[in-house]
Amino acid sequence: MSDQLIFAMEVTLNGLMAGVLYALVALGFVLIYKASGIFNYAQGVMALFAAMTLVGIMQGQVPFAHLINALFGTHLHSFGWNVPALLAILLTVVVMVGFAWAVQVVVMRHLVGQEPIILFMATIGLAYFLEGVADLMWGSEIKTLDVGLPQGINVWIDETTFGIFGYGFFIDNLDIVATVIAALLVAGLVLFSQYTKQGRAMRAVADDHQAALSVGISLNYIWVLVWSVAGFVALVAGIMWGTKSGVQFSLSLIALKALPVLMLGGFTSIPGAIVGGLIIGVGEKLFEFLVGPLVGGATENWFAYVLALLFLVFRPQGLFGEKIIERV
Amino acid sequence: MFYREAGDFKLSYEADSQTFPIRFDRYRYYAVLVVAFGIIPFVINDYWANAILLPFLIYSIAAIGLNILVGYCGQVSLGTGGFMAVGAYACYKLMTAFPEVSMFIHVVLAGGITGVVCVLFGLPSLRIKGFYLAVATLAAQFFLVWLFNRVPWFYNYSASGQISAPERDTFGIVITGPNAQAWATYLFCLIFLTACALIARNLTRGTQGRKWMAIRDMDIAAEIIGVNPLKAKLSAFAVSGFFIGVSGALFFAIYLGAVEVGEAFGITKSFLVLFMIIIGGLGSIFGSFAGAAFLVLLPVVLKVVGVDVLGWPTDIVAHFQLVIVGALIVTFLILEPHGLAQLWRVAKEKLRLWPFPH
Repeated sequence: MSDQLIFAMEVTLNGLMAGVLYALVALGFVLIYKASGIFNYAQGVMALFAAMTLVGIMQGQVPFAHLINALFGTHLHSFGWNVPALLAILLTVVVMVGFAWAVQVVVMRHLVGQEPIILFMATIGLAYFLEGVADLMWGSEIKTLDVGLPQGINVWIDETTFGIFGYGFFIDNLDIVATVIAALLVAGLVLFSQYTKQGRAMRAVADDHQAALSVGISLNYIWVLVWSVAGFVALVAGIMWGTKSGVQFSLSLIALKALPVLMLGGFTSIPGAIVGGLIIGVGEKLFEFLVGPLVGGATENWFAYVLALLFLVFRPQGLFGEKIIERV
Repeated sequence: MFYREAGDFKLSYEADSQTFPIRFDRYRYYAVLVVAFGIIPFVINDYWANAILLPFLIYSIAAIGLNILVGYCGQVSLGTGGFMAVGAYACYKLMTAFPEVSMFIHVVLAGGITGVVCVLFGLPSLRIKGFYLAVATLAAQFFLVWLFNRVPWFYNYSASGQISAPERDTFGIVITGPNAQAWATYLFCLIFLTACALIARNLTRGTQGRKWMAIRDMDIAAEIIGVNPLKAKLSAFAVSGFFIGVSGALFFAIYLGAVEVGEAFGITKSFLVLFMIIIGGLGSIFGSFAGAAFLVLLPVVLKVVGVDVLGWPTDIVAHFQLVIVGALIVTFLILEPHGLAQLWRVAKEKLRLWPFPH
């Protein structure tokens, strides 16, 4: 087999792994969009906030330490303890649920019935707000996140492929773990929405607000629930990306990576988010590998968008999206 | 009293359909023009020009442009930063290729080129609507910034990859480069802003503007009553692109002087201009001015209060700025989705009846 083909195979595999991570972020968008018709731009910043909170709790940082020091002239920095990863994750989930509740009570409840685009802009405002709060709370320096996930080259795959092709594939253990976790998360979400009372209520709300309200489902409760679940998905995505490349501002930009995934897969479809993620992941890695060197590289910034754009021209609702029906 | 239609008789059709039908409004408008053209150029200094006036004028042009697209025609665009970059680079290439031509012509041509590019990226709007379109315009944003970063022809093969404005003049007055006087740069931008505002105001209240608004309110219904969606949407993209291109050219050549594309025209710029028109008011020319003024002044005021008065570290103030801008946008959307322009409209209605409540 030629070297070029083997490289392409390795690139494809890595693309699939990256695609899973994109899909993970896209999933959070789809959940909120389906349940409340809100296109939540703040999802990426929520991932950043969750990851920063996790690191902060694990390292026992004092929240708002920098601000308090500046205001009162104190020299607080940390509580001086380290919280074990599992407990810290639980605490972060609590924080994200609190955030979901606050968003619902303070913002979204007052915007019910507004045009979708107004809601979208509100979430952009929310993203700015949350980003500022995260920086004030935990400081804006780059942090390393380590919750005990395996990292580095997977030796087994390296050796096996070396035996077959005479060339060892480089695949990060973390990507494999991420794939497994993403699969578990999707399975869990599907089970949750199919077999639990809350999950069914969530689907009912997604289907028709008014009808759900009339059979006695509390919209406020369901929306808090949805934002909490989205916060949880953001936490998982934040842990994965944070472990991979450090907890820093650029983490919030993964939201921008997830948007073309959504466009490809359709805003309303969970399988669409997964398939779209995989297509984008493989597509952009292969494009960078094959065409990138010819045009100066760094095509990953825009390839996904242009692909999604071209795709939408032929199928405006995405791969798995519901057919858009318009009436006058 | 001072704000009344009563006694103000219109004796011709022109008088009846003028922009400011109320006499008080008209005089206020003339007064603003006199102050802007006749007084400020004589008292301006470098700090005021660079910190407040130039960004305000330039962002106002961009906000008017985006408002035509988003506020009047309803096509949400997140590609403003990319289109401003087109204007900036077009202006740069023209400035370096034809040094003896007046800057006025360069800036107008740069706007025209941006209009064409904008129409190209607007083509998908005929198939895609709403969110999908908003996300699709991000393709323009990322692709254009990447293009200007990677293709050396655009930055004339300079080693740093930056573009910097050479010294150019118009009518013998230097307006770009380090030797430009504050009053000259100010007047140059002001002339463009005034022209753009006049054009936009008269376009939006005429046939074309009504077509755009029909498309915005419901495109299928608009099509049924005889508005051609292709022409209406693409003309909105073209006009909007022209204004945004002009503002991009001014932003680069007059205000910054040297530009690194990813930093100056990144996605944050797109959001900034979008916030301006949301806070100012969608579908209002006055709103574009108000929003631009608000978001240009806010960081300056916060910095003065936070750093100079309270003595906080600059990074905390910068973070607070994010929090405040975010909170303000959410608050505005909840309390007044139509922005500052609506507050102004309500105030005018109240004034008209004052001192009677009804």
